[in-house]
Amino acid sequence: MTQPKSTEYRGQIHQRQKELMLKWYQRLDSSAHTGLPPSVSLMISGNCVELLEAFDAVPLYPEINALQLAIRHQSLEPILAAEELGYAADNCAYVKADIGSYLKGITPTGGKLPRPSLVLCNFVGCNTYVKWFEHVAALTGSRLYVLDVPFCREAEPSPADIAYVVKQLQELVSVLENITGKKFDYDRFREAVRCAAEVEELWSRIKHLARRSPSPFDAYFDAITLMGPLYVYRGSPEGVAFFRAALNELEEKVANGEGVYEQEKFRLVMEGPPPYPYFRTFRDMFAKWKATAVASTYSTVGGLWEFGDRHDPDHPFESVALHMLSQNVTNRNFLQRYDQIQRYVEEWQADGVIIHFVKSCRLFSAGQGDMRDYFTKSLHLPTLYIESDLEDPRYFSEAQIRNRIDAFFEALEHSKLTGAAHPAASA
Amino acid sequence: MQQVLEQCEQIVTDLSLASVRRWKEQHPGGKAIGYFPVYAPAELIHACGMLPVGLNGAGDRLDLQHADARFGSFICSIVKTTMEMGMTGHLQPLDGLLFSSICDSARNLCFVMKRNFPQMYVDFLHLPHNPASHASVDFLRSEYQRLMLSLEVLGGEAPAQGALEHSIALYNRQRGLIRRLSDMRSERPHLLPASELYLLVRAGAFLPVEEHIALLDRALEALPDRAAKPRDNIRVIVEGAFCEQPPLDLIRLMEQAGCYIVDDDFVLGQKWFRQDVTPDGDALGALAESYVEHSVYSSVRHDFRRPRFQGLIEKVRRHRAQAVIFLIAKFCEPAYFDYVLFKRELENIALPHLLLEFEEKMFTFERLRTEVETFVESLLFD
Repeated sequence: MTQPKSTEYRGQIHQRQKELMLKWYQRLDSSAHTGLPPSVSLMISGNCVELLEAFDAVPLYPEINALQLAIRHQSLEPILAAEELGYAADNCAYVKADIGSYLKGITPTGGKLPRPSLVLCNFVGCNTYVKWFEHVAALTGSRLYVLDVPFCREAEPSPADIAYVVKQLQELVSVLENITGKKFDYDRFREAVRCAAEVEELWSRIKHLARRSPSPFDAYFDAITLMGPLYVYRGSPEGVAFFRAALNELEEKVANGEGVYEQEKFRLVMEGPPPYPYFRTFRDMFAKWKATAVASTYSTVGGLWEFGDRHDPDHPFESVALHMLSQNVTNRNFLQRYDQIQRYVEEWQADGVIIHFVKSCRLFSAGQGDMRDYFTKSLHLPTLYIESDLEDPRYFSEAQIRNRIDAFFEALEHSKLTGAAHPAASA
Repeated sequence: MQQVLEQCEQIVTDLSLASVRRWKEQHPGGKAIGYFPVYAPAELIHACGMLPVGLNGAGDRLDLQHADARFGSFICSIVKTTMEMGMTGHLQPLDGLLFSSICDSARNLCFVMKRNFPQMYVDFLHLPHNPASHASVDFLRSEYQRLMLSLEVLGGEAPAQGALEHSIALYNRQRGLIRRLSDMRSERPHLLPASELYLLVRAGAFLPVEEHIALLDRALEALPDRAAKPRDNIRVIVEGAFCEQPPLDLIRLMEQAGCYIVDDDFVLGQKWFRQDVTPDGDALGALAESYVEHSVYSSVRHDFRRPRFQGLIEKVRRHRAQAVIFLIAKFCEPAYFDYVLFKRELENIALPHLLLEFEEKMFTFERLRTEVETFVESLLFD
């Protein structure tokens, strides 16, 4: 089978994304040198970046730094440095890469990263994150605030859950006033929430373009390109402009009947984060089979908007609280994720599901064997389960993963041709 | 005393949950609710007329036939053995299962159990992580209320007037006795080895609290009459085994190698509060407030006002410990993380420490024995 020439969409979006992310790193560098703008480290999932906009503070996302190091093949050195300090082989490698890079002064761009004015742990389901932020605060001496978000243990958050988060957001406002020396600008906050709602609408429309056949973009690999601006610029006019341009460009592709490949052969739903140290290699394993991800759970870490949820400028605090509570995949329970994937398969018309177990992230991965059991035995969906890591290059077994992916597609091709059941969709 | 200990060991190692079955026979229609470590408000379950049962995995007494495939690599043993117990019928005497926000694996386990055992009541309790917030106690109170209402539906009746106050008083008494035994163990460790205290405490995870109190009373009474001479052991604190439990033989091994374990975090949920819960009119609120303000420090409870490494240092001083042994269950991420900051603080006060990794299902300990013996010798002959 011949390798397609280009498997990655590189339109204007890609260039603009690079510019925006570079600008973000420049702001962080400025913060490191001058203290301005003040920086606040926070977790991507269920973040409250809109509140930071109201204080002109710049978000510092350790996850983005960690993944940037991995994708640039720079993650092993800081991981080893952290292990020397006492972190275990089985600790999350995102954390180890971040801590190690702090110790060694390594940054993805070579610029400086600031000591955060506030380490704000927006706890949305990931217990590892609380530890991560505790450690960052302990190592840097920065102030720590843990904003506790009740887990989605029932279908919807209760009024008590919402009240609890709103109260903490209001307490956080005082902390931010104290740290930045600025008075809270409620109108700025509302405006940021309004921008977020617009970005979410645009992002959702982009996601829905993948329902077309062929899909104009890969909702796993290409979506990751769009996710950086989504987290950093969601509450700003720049974010709105970026996503408007992205939507226009992709709509144009749809109008021209352009897909990711000349001919889209398979449509997939991807579950789990990618193996960033082998991002390109991994992508090519799917490109070989002209398989497009039409939906992914990982692209909903920052927010789950394709089913209609939005921030609401008329109720800014409550809607930020709801976003943290239930509008991101991380704080939703494991069975809600099963339902999310099932909905993608049905509404985005996928041929199968790829589950990528990552060793580092137990939140994503613990129990994915049960998920496979459910998809194959109860839903009769062709499902492939593979294991590696999102940050640590030592856990990617290229030949083994390639063999499994090839075998999966061979069987899928066969079942498409003959109508026979896929062996990974057995009763 | 020996008889009490033998009874405890039998209860603790019995995978068939015979004590739970017996209680159910004595209480026709009564419900038993299992809770996954670390902490659960057993008082609430008790007040609803149900039997709270603390789950602690299956040790080395159950082969994994199904759970490995459900949870994959890099996941701790207790998550898998709990799943396996469910899939092999060992949890059959239980009517419900309760989980809480301790770690990411346990969080997902809750919902995997929910899917696989639809006949059971399975719930997840969100224990707050921001005690600095004024809203924390109110939130937890509402969470407890939600749990009680669910239990009422399951049991078919509301708890009687004053039932929660009564339950709190019983559990205060149970924890008070455990605190007294723990203090005695620290003062005269030769009279009550940690391996025995462990059995006494852990039996309480299965027994009705009333029976456990009687058992602890008997132990406390018998203790001063024991004939044992102090040995030239080192005083150590064991840290890190708060969820999955080490094999009993491993605890004994540490003692045989020359350690007096003067404090530990085994079955931590049984000794969760530093002081009594004082109902004072609002029992539910008092229980919530106790969690927020009077819990012991733990790797699964977050209080950024008081870093838990401070708790460890205080513990070291209080018990005049000469060393800390970190006993961490394989793949237990909360314990692995805390080890880094704990270690840093211990090095600041120049206190020796040793890291050991275990799995509940391990049954040979030669390597660990050598490590502990070498560590003890290095301290004794330093």
